[in-house]
Amino acid sequence: MESPVLAVDHFSAGFDTNQVLKDIDLLIEKNRITAIMGPSGCGKTTLIRCINRMHELIPSARVSGKILLDNEDIFDMDAIIVRRKIGMVFQRPNPFPTMSIYDNVIAGYNLNGIRISKGDRDRIVEESLKKAALWDEVKDALHRRGTFLSGGQQQRLCIARALAMNPEILLLDEPTSALDPKSTAHIEELVVQLKSAVTIIQVTHNIPQAARISDYTAFIYLGELVEFGPTEKLFTVPKDKRTEEYLTGKFG
Amino acid sequence: MKDRTLTRRIVADRIFQVVVVFLSFCSILPMFFILFFISKNGISSISWNFLTRLPAPVGETGGGIANAIVGSALLILLASVVAVPLGILTGIYLAEYRKDKFSYLSRLSVEILMGTPSIVIGIIAYVWVVKPIGSFSALSGGVALGIMMLPVIVMSTEETLKLMPDSLKEASLALGVSYPRTIMKVILPAGLSGIVTGMLLSVARIAGETAPLLFTAFGSPFMAANVFKPVSSLPLTVFNYATSPYPEWHALAWGASFVLLVFVLALNLIAKLGMRKWKVQF
Repeated sequence: MESPVLAVDHFSAGFDTNQVLKDIDLLIEKNRITAIMGPSGCGKTTLIRCINRMHELIPSARVSGKILLDNEDIFDMDAIIVRRKIGMVFQRPNPFPTMSIYDNVIAGYNLNGIRISKGDRDRIVEESLKKAALWDEVKDALHRRGTFLSGGQQQRLCIARALAMNPEILLLDEPTSALDPKSTAHIEELVVQLKSAVTIIQVTHNIPQAARISDYTAFIYLGELVEFGPTEKLFTVPKDKRTEEYLTGKFG
Repeated sequence: MKDRTLTRRIVADRIFQVVVVFLSFCSILPMFFILFFISKNGISSISWNFLTRLPAPVGETGGGIANAIVGSALLILLASVVAVPLGILTGIYLAEYRKDKFSYLSRLSVEILMGTPSIVIGIIAYVWVVKPIGSFSALSGGVALGIMMLPVIVMSTEETLKLMPDSLKEASLALGVSYPRTIMKVILPAGLSGIVTGMLLSVARIAGETAPLLFTAFGSPFMAANVFKPVSSLPLTVFNYATSPYPEWHALAWGASFVLLVFVLALNLIAKLGMRKWKVQF
């Protein structure tokens, strides 16, 4: 791999005595889509939440090992800085219910008290909504509440909100699991377009989705990284028997 | 045989329904009687003069309850200044740190405070404020009423914030927003309707309190101008006038009751309607 932007190094995580992730090693390449797949409860969501330190919301969570962002351990950095560099979109769309579409997109600046001019704000909102392929649908309703949008639109609004902060990495935690097939297709298309601008790590338990959109795939099973490699290889000639069984639907 | 049990069931069903509706009717009757009597006796006293004049000396007709209205407003304001910030912050703490030992203790204390008789709170305010200052005062009344407001605000804030989905907090934190800003700028605004409703209901609760004011605000026939001097309030006026031997004063007491009732009713209605209207949709 030529330019890993994120390196997960001997990383383990758990809650109290319950070990969830065991000794994970993972290199994430810049401007590529890396899919993390595995059956429910395998720890893939825990891994992605650790990458922007959201696991710290749960007091019993503990981690060991390193996660290096541009060769700097995120656990040595301020959590707030980590989260500005690594954006996240969640399973269920969660736009801010009290804010308009416009304010939702610019929320990262407003809530952080970052002052920018009106012109810059308008530009960032427009650019982010365009990147998230939502601009044409909402450009006449920017000052309506974000919660009036459909589920798929809300999820793209959340993507726009994350992109507005200009993150290096975008984490997507099963972003389509609460959406209908059409919205799902829309988001998948969007994610592929986005990789020229941002490195994407996407968690999914949808095997075909990982095959369709990702450049690299990591397969996690029972907290272990079973296999990691270019998606094409992993799907056609899996090295590990468990990967093969998972891909052919023997468990999961 | 089959038909008979069916008929019996239908009849039993019907009887049960009738009994329940009748008993519900009985339980709302007192409310209507109160409204009716207070309106009937009180509404004739209401006039512009009644609302804007000070009480007349014994023997003279006329006179109003302006001192009581202003006094009540002042007391509610003082109580709110004490209780609203403290109550909201405590509510945030209880909702955010549910498992702390200290939060368990705080919640227990708030519940006990909620059940503390108002007269006891009056005595506490007397010991804490009236004695050190050396006189009855609006301030001491405000403190007493503030202590009564506190648990209502704490509990409504806590309940409101507990209902906020975690996804809301995550959305904010994932943007690199600090925890305090997340609480103040995302969580609180989303819960504003519930918190404001709690505030209105707590004001409605203290607006009619008399007991804790008997030895704190004390009552005064003059316009309130100084928080260190005694002031009147609507319930105190009702109490003093209704227990007096003069029929003109009894009329004033009915009038003051009516004003108080309308005020509390309006607060409750606003709280109820506002809750529905301002509710944030997720």
